[in-house]
Amino acid sequence: MSILVSSETKVIVQGITGGEGSFHTRQMLEYGTRVVAGVTPGKGGESFDGKIPVFNTVAEAVEETGGDSSVIFVPAAFAADAIMEAADSDLDLVVCITEGIPTIDMVRVVRDLEARKTTLVGPNCPGVITPGACKIGIMPGFIHTPGCVGVVSRSGTLTYEAVWQLTERGIGQSTCLGIGGDPVVGTTHLDALRLFNQDPETEAVLMIGEIGGTAEETAAEFVKEQMDKPVVAFIAGRTAPPGRRMGHAGAIISGGVGTAQSKIEVLRDCGVTVAESPAEIGQAVASVIL
Amino acid sequence: MKIHEYQAKKILSDFGVPVPEGMVCSTVEEVVEAASKLTSGGTPVVVKAQIQAGGRGKGGGIKLVKSPEEAAEAASRILGSPLVTPQTGPAGQMVSKVLVEQAADIARELYAGLLLDRASTMDVFMVSTEGGMEIEQVAAEFPEKIHKVYIDPISGIKPFQARQLAYKLNLGPETTKEATRVFLSLYQAYHRRDASLAEINPLIVTGDNRVIALDAKMNFDDNALFRQKEIAAMRDPSEEDPLEREANEFGLNYIKLDGNVGCMVNGAGLAMATMDIIKQAGGEPANFLDVGGGANVESIGNGFRIICKDSNVGAVLINIFGGIVRCDRVAQGVVEALESLEIEIPVVVRLQGTNAEEGKKIIEQTELGFEWADTFKEAAEKAVAAAASRGRGGR
Repeated sequence: MSILVSSETKVIVQGITGGEGSFHTRQMLEYGTRVVAGVTPGKGGESFDGKIPVFNTVAEAVEETGGDSSVIFVPAAFAADAIMEAADSDLDLVVCITEGIPTIDMVRVVRDLEARKTTLVGPNCPGVITPGACKIGIMPGFIHTPGCVGVVSRSGTLTYEAVWQLTERGIGQSTCLGIGGDPVVGTTHLDALRLFNQDPETEAVLMIGEIGGTAEETAAEFVKEQMDKPVVAFIAGRTAPPGRRMGHAGAIISGGVGTAQSKIEVLRDCGVTVAESPAEIGQAVASVIL
Repeated sequence: MKIHEYQAKKILSDFGVPVPEGMVCSTVEEVVEAASKLTSGGTPVVVKAQIQAGGRGKGGGIKLVKSPEEAAEAASRILGSPLVTPQTGPAGQMVSKVLVEQAADIARELYAGLLLDRASTMDVFMVSTEGGMEIEQVAAEFPEKIHKVYIDPISGIKPFQARQLAYKLNLGPETTKEATRVFLSLYQAYHRRDASLAEINPLIVTGDNRVIALDAKMNFDDNALFRQKEIAAMRDPSEEDPLEREANEFGLNYIKLDGNVGCMVNGAGLAMATMDIIKQAGGEPANFLDVGGGANVESIGNGFRIICKDSNVGAVLINIFGGIVRCDRVAQGVVEALESLEIEIPVVVRLQGTNAEEGKKIIEQTELGFEWADTFKEAAEKAVAAAASRGRGGR
């Protein structure tokens, strides 16, 4: 078991013929992910690397191949539409890697998805991986190892760092997901915690947050009220100056809300183990499961 | 992205929000000409420094004058000089433009502001009777005086929502109608221009019951600038740090800070975490720099040059997680990028991920004198110690 993706997941790549899309499709195939189709409007009928059929629309791709999930590499100006196209075909999961989507476009997407069955992860995220089974995204597969710790994070490379610390200690992961660094995202920290709480294979959760917004605080309340598994957290950005966008559009401290310190206090009050240093994330997880 | 007051007023005015009659000027001569026109009926004028930081009044950047001569005197002191306000830092911000406006007859000072509430993904429209002071202060002292309505950005504002807000302000019947109209216009300006913030503080009611935006502030969603060409063209590079501007031209994400330990990292989250661990090791980060997930030769070289232009930097920590691009390739990239540069300061390198051992060999075998660190913590400690021993403390 795991959350969101498994060895059964059949993946459609939206934007398969672009530079990023084709590079990461090959990486996903190498990892063993079942990539069943690609979508690029205008290139329907072609074949990617002679083995993956390309379609003009997601609807056709689903009809012909039975794909149930998609990953999006299309440019920012078209990515919101691509997400809604995937949701319109009732896919179970859509992972949007694209960075730089206007906030208002994402609000439209979130609203559109409310009445649908599709789960969105991202945008501006590394994706989702169930180690040894399925990788949907751009993360390096080989740093992961199968196991019992669920990982959820707003960041890319900081997640790799944390996962690597776990793997090096022999602590495997059930599923790792990057939810993205934008102000408006599909799956939130809270959603991920709910899923991990219900997953029998996940025994503990590592949540990596950063400054800006209140998503970590909302998740902390859930941990206090309903979570029956230990949760470890790290919050990046203690030294970040207020009002500045620290790489991620979501990482801005405004009006005293969203500081690392205030997040850490709320997390601790709710019974979350908080790693003080980014070098001690693996150790902190070890302390709650071993 | 931020813009100036005069630019925000232009946008608001285009959408129907009344603003004072005024002209933006770059020279004292232009100020005299503008003031002559604007004071012709005997009205005083206000000369307002155009910088993006707040607190301009406290810094002496806003002057009320009665004649073109007084306007010239005020403008000659403000234009071409740095203005120090509580938000600019001690060096201040150079003023290259002033806005000359007719002074208004203020009966009431109100507040109106709009931004997106992330948690509900709804626009929040806030108004208050306590205009003229910072909204954060109002929120802290008189939270009951801030009135909010939540607007679904997909369907947009409805007239009754603007009315609900206007009726909270205890205005006369005609003024309530006018305020309602202004709120609808403000929402359109915010929404149609992809703003992330629109604020009118103060929104005044005049002695003759007109509603006017006396000040205006707008910030925009950087991700939407590709379709807001007019807004993108309003960007003022002189408001940006020169190093940040240069980094931006190379497509790098750099923010200058006040410390002495430079850092170069791939990925924003890891970059923030690296700044944090430098602080925990007893140092102060000199910058935030994300060279991108892949960290190639070009981005490493450009990033390093920019870090070293900051004279406070006493050592540089390179912290790169080798993911899909493995550590030995990253190490070769670091060597290739830096061997052509004259490096005068200590460089500590920490590469983690796949093939880290091979990366270590490459770094240690070069004659560039890089120091290798095995762990995240060790890397921060070595970089902090190296910067401290060079005595180039953060200022």
